[in-house]
Amino acid sequence: MNAASAVALKNVARRFVTPSGDVLSALENFDLTVAPGEFCAIVGPTGCGKSTTLGLVSGLAQPQGGTVTLFDAPVTGVDRRVGFVFQQDAVFPWRDVLGNVMAGPLFRGVPRAQAEAEARDWIARVGLTGFEHHHPHQLSGGMRKRVALAQTFINKPEVLLMDEPFSALDVQTRELMQEELLSLWAQSGAAVLFVTHDLDEAILLADRVAVLTTRPARVKSVHTIDLPRPRNIATLRYDERFVAIARRLSDDLRDEVLRARREAMA
Amino acid sequence: MTDATAPLATEGRIESLAERQRRRWRMIIALRIIVFVLLVGGWELGVRAGWLDSFFFGQPSAIVDKLIDWIRNGTSIGPLWKQVWVTIYEAGAGFLIGSVLGVVCGITLGRNQLLSDVFSIYIKIANSIPRIVMGSIFIVALGLGSPSKIALAVVMVFFVVFGNAFQGVREADKNLIANARILGASNWQVTRAVILPSALSWILASLHVSFGFALIGAIVGEFLGAREGMGLLIASAQGSFDSNGVFAAMIVIAVVALCAEWILTTIEKRLLTWRPEVSAAGE
Repeated sequence: MNAASAVALKNVARRFVTPSGDVLSALENFDLTVAPGEFCAIVGPTGCGKSTTLGLVSGLAQPQGGTVTLFDAPVTGVDRRVGFVFQQDAVFPWRDVLGNVMAGPLFRGVPRAQAEAEARDWIARVGLTGFEHHHPHQLSGGMRKRVALAQTFINKPEVLLMDEPFSALDVQTRELMQEELLSLWAQSGAAVLFVTHDLDEAILLADRVAVLTTRPARVKSVHTIDLPRPRNIATLRYDERFVAIARRLSDDLRDEVLRARREAMA
Repeated sequence: MTDATAPLATEGRIESLAERQRRRWRMIIALRIIVFVLLVGGWELGVRAGWLDSFFFGQPSAIVDKLIDWIRNGTSIGPLWKQVWVTIYEAGAGFLIGSVLGVVCGITLGRNQLLSDVFSIYIKIANSIPRIVMGSIFIVALGLGSPSKIALAVVMVFFVVFGNAFQGVREADKNLIANARILGASNWQVTRAVILPSALSWILASLHVSFGFALIGAIVGEFLGAREGMGLLIASAQGSFDSNGVFAAMIVIAVVALCAEWILTTIEKRLLTWRPEVSAAGE
């Protein structure tokens, strides 16, 4: 892969028409680039349009202005190289774990036997061996996330979009899942665009963190996180370097949140 | 149908929940039997004491005699099993055709905004017509045989199933659809892998109601004009002022409806095993 960028958003605008007929601008003049294999996190005030960016990159939504490219080619629709882990549970409740994980290959025309073998391999990699024939409602929230990760990684995505994937999990489970994600990502070599409202999570996981402004969202600043890899999620939090970065980003984000609140009050 | 809510353990007495539920269940069955005995026994006694005129209201013992007579000697229009079979055949065929049409149209219109915008007005109009009246038209057009009854049953079933299938498609989780598309599903695969399963609980719910409607369609069709079937049996009993015959036919039809209900519930349970509520609810 010789592309300069895995994902690039240039001067992108995305607007919605509200039910009352007003035009609401979610993104304006939005610029962001993610290099191949890079882990980029997006943080910003609540409701600022973080998830909107992922919708545009996935091809599920189209921008009203600017260009969105994947490996230097414009996004025209859902791209096979893209994986997406959603905030809410998006595993199919009527399929068991095996059926969920092999869904992607089957949709893409892989023969059933091969899809099943791959799925069993991925189920083992996310630690769900023995749960192949459980249905999602029989699993815990963390296990359902593992299913979602296996379901996404089995398609070998080159670009992985993640929309606050761990926000619904308890703290301990979230930490485990973050470790899990980092090891899966390290083996996959995919570029990641990870949306979160949790600043610590962004710093622990990412190579770069983009801070967004309030709506309409633009990239306010991009911070490089030069913490060495492989990272230990459990102990990194107490590292001085982590604390310094967290303070810097937190100040940056707080300005934006305060500005959002002033605007909301005005 | 029973309610799925278990009694709340209000007092602190140590007693196993299973034992409480078993006791409650026994009590419910006993109460059901008491209600039955009171109703039917009261009816029989009322007739014997002369408060009710058996000419108009029939008499339970005479209805049972009538049923036995039908089974042994056949009805005035031929053997009983033949009439039952004709009605089951007409209702069943109408039910199958109507529900398949309903599901296909419901999903097609649910998935296609333009089609649903164009056709919604016509569906509303067609749905507001008292459909049973269509029976007269079908009998004129299709004759006294089975096709006219099947057509009436189809019309009765179609709108119920269509409405539910359409709603089921509209209620499908947007996240699941997005996920399927990202995983590589084509439009057809999204319909098969996401839309159909999520609409299935809506569709199955409508099938319970619509088998009853199919039966009504078949019987009313036979009532309006036929050579055989339970509807004709009722009509001929009515014609000879035989109220016991009408009640006996009603009981036969009720048995058919309950059997169909049981079959549908079994199929539903099997199809919806993934749903946590289904395995817990029901008898």
